[in-house]
Order: sequence, then structure tokens, then C-alpha cells
Amino acid sequence: MTGFFDIPSDLQHSWAGLIGLHLREALLPVAAGLLLALPIAQLCGRFRWLYPPVLGLTTVLYAVPSLAFFVVLIDYTGQTELTVMIPLALYSLVVLVPAIVDGVRSVPDETLAAATAMGFGSVRRYLQVQLPIAAPAVIAGLRVATASSISLVGVGALIGNQGALGNLLAAAQKYDRPELAVNAVVTMAVLAILCDVLLVALRVLLTPWMPRGGTRLKPAARRAEITPEGAVR
Amino acid sequence: MIRIDSVTKRYPDGTVAVDRLSLEIPDRSITVLVGPSGCGKTTTLRMINRMVEPTEGTILLDGEDSRRQPVTTLRRSMGYVIQNAGLFQHRTIVDNIATVPRLLGWGRQRARERAAELMERVGLDPSLAKRYPYQLSGGQQQRVGVARALAADPPVLLMDEPFSAVDPVVRKGLQAELLRIQDELGKTIVFVTHDIDEAITLGTMVAVLREGGRLAQYAPPADLLSNPADGFVEDFLGADRGIRRLSFFPSDALELTTDAVIPADATAARIAAVEAPHLLVTDADGRPLGWAAREELTAGDLRTDRLLPYGRPFVPGADSLRVALDCAVLSPVGRAVAVDGHGRVTGVVSQQTIGEAVRAAHTAGRADEQKVAG
Ligand SMILES: Nc1ncnc2c1ncn2[C@@H]1O[C@H](COP(=O)(O)OP(=O)(O)OP(=O)(O)O)[C@@H](O)[C@H]1O
Ligand SMILES: [Mg+2]
Repeated sequence: MTGFFDIPSDLQHSWAGLIGLHLREALLPVAAGLLLALPIAQLCGRFRWLYPPVLGLTTVLYAVPSLAFFVVLIDYTGQTELTVMIPLALYSLVVLVPAIVDGVRSVPDETLAAATAMGFGSVRRYLQVQLPIAAPAVIAGLRVATASSISLVGVGALIGNQGALGNLLAAAQKYDRPELAVNAVVTMAVLAILCDVLLVALRVLLTPWMPRGGTRLKPAARRAEITPEGAVR
Repeated sequence: MIRIDSVTKRYPDGTVAVDRLSLEIPDRSITVLVGPSGCGKTTTLRMINRMVEPTEGTILLDGEDSRRQPVTTLRRSMGYVIQNAGLFQHRTIVDNIATVPRLLGWGRQRARERAAELMERVGLDPSLAKRYPYQLSGGQQQRVGVARALAADPPVLLMDEPFSAVDPVVRKGLQAELLRIQDELGKTIVFVTHDIDEAITLGTMVAVLREGGRLAQYAPPADLLSNPADGFVEDFLGADRGIRRLSFFPSDALELTTDAVIPADATAARIAAVEAPHLLVTDADGRPLGWAAREELTAGDLRTDRLLPYGRPFVPGADSLRVALDCAVLSPVGRAVAVDGHGRVTGVVSQQTIGEAVRAAHTAGRADEQKVAG
């Protein structure tokens, strides 16, 4: 009797090993996408006319099926993880570029004027004022990109077993063990949820300056000024 | 001194925001730029710290072209305050205030100490230091904006409608606070507003701009009120400029009378001696209690619980003729009550007497102008 977590040996990984592989293949492209999206978004912010064509281009890239990418890339990068990760990085741009551009644009004009008036140079202003204020929007983009990347990695199974947990789907068919398919789907879902929770936690950590829904700090803070017992609190 | 020398700003779309403007902004005083929306006030202000570059003309700082120094150096030497404060929402109050010192390379500790000092100066409770801007009221945010602009002790302060987004009561408080801070620090302040009352309250000099960015008049507020250059300025000053102008005349020259002021325990003979139709009754310390109608009084029957309210008193010397007139207008018997610094009655004055003083003041004002003109 083979169990839920017994992985066929031709996959060359334990269940935990597949998870590690899957996370690497999913998250590295998102990180690379972020590094790529930052300067692109910066350019789009500086030259407004650039934004619509860039958006168009990322959307077109997103519409290209991953299989087509693999066929092109396989000549250069072979049947490796890289062949899976390059398309994923490009896909992440379709959410990350607008997230950063919109986030940076959401910085109020007054805040920008104040920063300029105080003698911030443009680089310092971008790094110390615009990006931190854009952080919630950027992280919202990262959440979408991460979840989609985690599910898309599975397609790598098509090229020489580079799909990590996705390979279990192929194996389920080959060995007629449907529980492997269930395993793959459930594990991927759990990974996606965990990553999302971590990103939300990161946002909470990075943005102590945001009014939090529910706690409604503002009225409480105002009351604190008026009532003496409030001032003690 | 900041000298704006025939400066014109034409935006790329062709809008002429400022048209051959020349102004000499004196040191250590408040110069107000006032005018209707779109007349180029913000543009003028921003040309001083080069957030907007003039199309023509020059701006001289102590005789030197403002373009001679690096733009960030220039800006760090000028505090800047705007409507809604423009605070950094992602930084605590203390870090907001410490911004320019940090840009100038101060250590974190020293910058924070300086910030704490400034919070006190602008009347912010130290317990607010670790809050974020969203946790502050509009008035408090505006104070943070002022503190942040003052942090590196710049000689010049540029303020663009800093108090226009708060309610009138808070605004009055902030204006008074600004005048107090200015008394202590003596900055060169350029203050933009579209509120003529604010301009008159705060300005040592007031520049009235008109549409198209042209200067309509540049004068001290009292001169503006007494002698508007043209119909535009007159309209802009509003229908009650004569009354407003009284703010600039002291009330200490008013002739006070004391024969209608009587203590609550006055004798019948004393009361009978009063000729005026109303008597101001005072307590044992000389503080006002209220007005009594003479014909309703019979000796020994001074009911202090049936007095008419005495309204708001004024302090001769400290209050202007405008306040004295206001007190008389609001008084139920048409007379204003004058008190000393301790609230003790020094006399009463009728609307009529105030009216004579107003006429005398206006005549004196005109004589002065003729002297200047001649
Ligand atoms: N960047 C710009 N490009 C083109 N026109 C501009 C620009 N900034 C301002 N203007 C125009 O220049 C004129 C003066 O604008 P400015 O902002 O200096 O007015 P303001 O006196 O400060 O008005 P408000 O009281 O409404 O703030 C206006 O007609 C405005 O539309
Ligand atoms: Mg303006």
C-alpha cells in the first residue's frame, strides 16, 4: 500500500523536497519580476506617455501561452528550472508594473511638493517618500503575482519534469494514483495561502502609519486629547 | 532681503501666471500675497524657492541671484508650509519634523531633540511625538507643518495657504500662534492667502495680486484699508473696510466717563445724583455686574439679580477702536464698558463718543497721507 505522501522515485524528490523546489521556482521569478518592474515603473512615472505601451506589452506577454515560451527558450536554456522561471517572471510584470505605478501615483501632490520644497533630490524622494507610501499597493500586487506564480509552476511538468508539485499530476496518471493529484492541488493551495499570509504580515509590519480598519484609531486618538482619563491611557 | 525683480512666469501651455512682478520683501517681517484664485500667488511663492523657474526676471536673496546656489541648498534654507500640511504619512510626527535636519546631515538623536523642542514651540503635546499623521486633527497637523518648516532654523519661511483647511476658530488660534512665534523668532515670512482678513491680521506688508498675475497694490494693511489703489482693491477689501480699518487705531484716547458707575452698595443720594439713563453697577472689587435703568431704581433697592448684562468689556490700550465700537454696538444700553487688566471698571463710553473718535482718527489718517504725498 503506497501512501498519500509516498512520491514515485522517478521524481527524484521527497514530498518536502518538491515543496522546496516548488517555492523556489515560484518565488524567484516574482522577486526577479519585482526587480525588473521597479525601474520600468519608475520610467513610466517619469515619462507618462510610456505607460500605456508598457502596459500593452506586459499584457501581450501574459497572453503568450507558457508552452510557447518553453519551445522558444528550450533552445537556449534547455530542460532546466530557468526555462520555467523566465516566463513566470515576465508574467508577474503584468500585475507588478501597474501596482507600482499606481502606488507611486497615489502619493498626494502636497506630500510631493513638500518633499521637493524641503530639498529632497529626486532619487532620495523616490526611495524615501514615494516607494514607502506605495508599499501597500506594491504588496497587493505581489500577493496576486505570488499566488498566480505558485499555480503556474506546475506547467513546468511539460518540460522534463520541471513542474515541482505539478509533476505529481503527471505521476498520478502514469501510476494511476489519483491521491497524488489531490496531494499536488492541496499542497499548492496551502502554499499559496501561507505565502499570502506572510505578505499580509509584511505589509502590516511595513505600514504602521496606515489607519487600520476595525480599530478606528482616529476618533480614539482625538478623544484622548479631550478627556483626562483618555490622556492617561 | 528677498527682491523679486520684474519676474514673469509663462507656463508651457501659454498661461501667464505672473506678469512683470516686482516686490521687495523686508527681512524679519510677514509679507502677505493675497488675491483671488488663480492670480499667481502659489507660482510667485514657488519661484522664490525655485520649485518654479521664472521665465523672465530675477529673484535676489540678499542681493545675490537665487540661481547662484545649488537648488537643494536653497530649499533647505527656506521652510515651506502648505495647505493640509503635506505631512509624510509614513513617518511619525517627530520624524516628520526632523526631516530637514536629517537631510542636512544631523545625527538622529540631535534631530529628534530639535524636533521635540519645536513641538513645544508650536504648542503640540509631547505625547503626540510617536503618532502618525492620520492620528492627528487638522489643526494639529498644521502645527506639525509649521514645526517641520522651522526645524533647521531657516531664515526664510514660505507659507502657502497654511491655515485655509481648518475651521475658523482653529484658524484664529493658529494665526495668533504664528504671530507669537514670529515675535520670538523674527523670520522673513512670505505668506499666501486668499483671505483678506487673514492678510490684514498677519501682514506687515500686503501685496494684492489681480488676475493675470499683476500687482494691484503693495502696502501696509492700514494703508490698504484707508487708501485702496483702485476699484479692484476696494472690491477685494469688501464693504466694511472702514470698520476693519479701526483695528489699526488704539482705543486708549477714548474719553471715559465714570459718573454713571456705581458700586452695588451705593447710597440713594449717590444714585439720585446720576444723570445718565443707565447706571453700571460694580461689585466691591470694582468688577462690572450689569446695567440698571435709573427710573426703575428707588433708594436702597438695588437688585443685582435684575441687571441687564454688561456685554463684553474692552481694555483701553490693549484693544483697538474696532473692539471698543463692537462692545458699544453689542451693549444693551449702547455703551461700552472699559476695564483694566484685572477686569476692574475704569469707565464707560457711549457709541457717540466712539463715533467722534473714529472721525478724528480718519481725519488724522488722511492728514498723514497728505503729508506723505506732499
Ligand atoms: N503647471 C502649470 N501649468 C500650466 N498652468 C499653470 C500651472 N500651474 C498653475 N497654472 C496656472 O497659472 C495661474 C496661476 O496659478 P497659481 O497656482 O499660482 O494661482 P494661485 O493664486 O495660487 O491660486 P489659488 O488661490 O487657487 O491657489 C492659474 O491660471 C493656473 O491655472
Ligand atoms: Mg495657490
